[in-house]
Amino acid sequence: MTTPPLIVRNANQLHVRRLPAWAPPVLTVLAAVAGYVLVKAADIGGLALSVVIAVLLFLVGVYTAATLIEGRRRAKNRVATTLIWSAFVLALLPLVSVAWTLVSKGWAKFNPYFWQHSMNAIGPRDDAGGAYHAIVGTLEQAGIATIITVPLGVAGAIYIVEYGRGFLANAIRFFVDVMTGIPSIVAGLFILAFWVYFVTKYFNARGEPEKSGFAAALALTILMLPTVVRSSEEMLRLVPTALREGSYALGVAKWKTIMRIVLPTAAPGIVTGVMLAVARACGETAPVLLVAGGNNAINTNPFEGQQSSLSYFVFEQAQVSTKFAPPRAWAAALTLVVLVLILTIAAKLLARRNKLAR
Amino acid sequence: MSLETRETTSVGIPGGGGALPRKRRFGAETLFRGTTTAAGTVVLVIIVAIAVFLIAKAVPAIRADGSNFLTEKNWFTGDTPPKFGVAAIAVGTVQTAVIALLMAVPVSMGIALFLSHYAPKALANVLGFMIDLLAAVPSVVFGLWGRDSFAGPVRDLSGWLHHYFRWIPIFGSDGPYGKSVMLGSIVLAIMMLPIITSLTREVFLQTPTANEEAALALGATKWEMVRTAVFPFGRPGIIAAVMLGLGRALGETIALALTLGGTYTIALDILGPGGNTVAANIANHFGEATDMGVGALIASGLVLFAITLVVNLIARAIIYRRREFVGGSA
Repeated sequence: MTTPPLIVRNANQLHVRRLPAWAPPVLTVLAAVAGYVLVKAADIGGLALSVVIAVLLFLVGVYTAATLIEGRRRAKNRVATTLIWSAFVLALLPLVSVAWTLVSKGWAKFNPYFWQHSMNAIGPRDDAGGAYHAIVGTLEQAGIATIITVPLGVAGAIYIVEYGRGFLANAIRFFVDVMTGIPSIVAGLFILAFWVYFVTKYFNARGEPEKSGFAAALALTILMLPTVVRSSEEMLRLVPTALREGSYALGVAKWKTIMRIVLPTAAPGIVTGVMLAVARACGETAPVLLVAGGNNAINTNPFEGQQSSLSYFVFEQAQVSTKFAPPRAWAAALTLVVLVLILTIAAKLLARRNKLAR
Repeated sequence: MSLETRETTSVGIPGGGGALPRKRRFGAETLFRGTTTAAGTVVLVIIVAIAVFLIAKAVPAIRADGSNFLTEKNWFTGDTPPKFGVAAIAVGTVQTAVIALLMAVPVSMGIALFLSHYAPKALANVLGFMIDLLAAVPSVVFGLWGRDSFAGPVRDLSGWLHHYFRWIPIFGSDGPYGKSVMLGSIVLAIMMLPIITSLTREVFLQTPTANEEAALALGATKWEMVRTAVFPFGRPGIIAAVMLGLGRALGETIALALTLGGTYTIALDILGPGGNTVAANIANHFGEATDMGVGALIASGLVLFAITLVVNLIARAIIYRRREFVGGSA
């Protein structure tokens, strides 16, 4: 009696031919050596090129070896895995470099003296001065923008989720999305044309256009509003309908249901969205450049006189060609990043504790 | 307590089926509803106001322009009559943004896939968090880094590319290499990486596990699973992420003001000193601008507004059209 060929008689028949585990590391070493030798021998570049050539050689090597032993499909899989890992490493390099440069160059002046002094009466030969005026500006502008944006944005989101039906609601939802893409410089130009050149003339004694921290706050409002509306909208949608219906069933009016039941439930998520929007607004330079104008002295009044901000201070110092300006720019940049990161991390931690989102 | 004795919420006899409360015309409900509607409408008002005020300021400047605003390349707002136009800076804006996206999109999709499907879970969580943090780093920081630290390596790379590939028109310039389209667009690409990555990662993570497991159960390799389950599901989300990235790239100001050459030329070459964008031009020339100059800059801002508006409208239209098929993954 002959055995049917498909019956498994020993375990080896089940064995899929695979590339041995030692093959990829060996290929890596071979490719690295070959890449280095090739580049050196032909004298066509440095270390970076060697690495690039080594990666290419490794890809070719792995593909050929895997095609011969494992077949085409697995070979493609290996190439894709390698490419995805290298994309990751490739992206990590500049991002780590940015972080490292920021800390190493900013550290020299990253101290309380820098945070407590302004640039008032600091000449090009003085190794002094700090970012106090800019910190004040950033905090005031972002603060005012938040005070305006939050009620407006949350109310808008309530309209979209709870009341909005038909054409108007669709139009608003669509244009909130479109508004997300408005460049900060365009928002700045708009406030320049609208607030600085058109409105302020009627409010000050001289009847002249006046730049101020408040104008910058208005521009930041335009940038923050769509983000806040979108994130609040998403959070309000996550509130279970059962909660609303329970409230209605008890005879509570719709507006009271929204204020007492829906909003408190969605609050942690809304706060997270607001904090992320504030973090982004803090880093915007263009609006301040256009409508707040910058100022070397401390100006704590956002409604009168020009104001600076941290991001504008970085930009301004970056363009001054003295020995002392670059360290100031880097220290201010580090201060700004620390501020933004604290806000972002706090927002993310809050988001993790949010019961609605997960 | 029996049903009969319970107080009802309606006006009328307790326990009886009295009439519902009269709907008041100007009660708290109407007020609340009206307020929220007004707040929602503010968005529409702002968009219209942006267009109106920019046009109002731009028209006199364009009228006074001694040459054609759309075809003139130079930016001489101080001359009499002033001669300026957006040809060079508008082309530069699109050129820089497109080159940056060509570099950023494949790499960020790679990272997003790495974070969603390849990296060990613990590592992916930490790295995903870091990527989100990097997306929050202000652009002025990237600009400063690009100009002070990254210009060196790019100068070497430019020299190398020109030496070996000068027959390709985009690598035609023989220097001096400094601020260039190359430097600006690489910096821009690096800035886009975290943004596009975090958007696409979200999309990839939403792929239904059932689809992925089905692909694997049919014997697909991991890459085949990604191609047959993850990509098709995430396509609208990826398109949306790319378009949003493009919108950001077109409007990017400070990083490019610090890393582009700021010339008014249209050239294929990306290595030589040059490159400019509408936004960078505004940032660089606003400080010294006269009334005429400010009007001209606002006019160029109007062009930028129009370009980004069109890109965003297309992106949104794609998302809205596709949303119903994939259940709002975008």
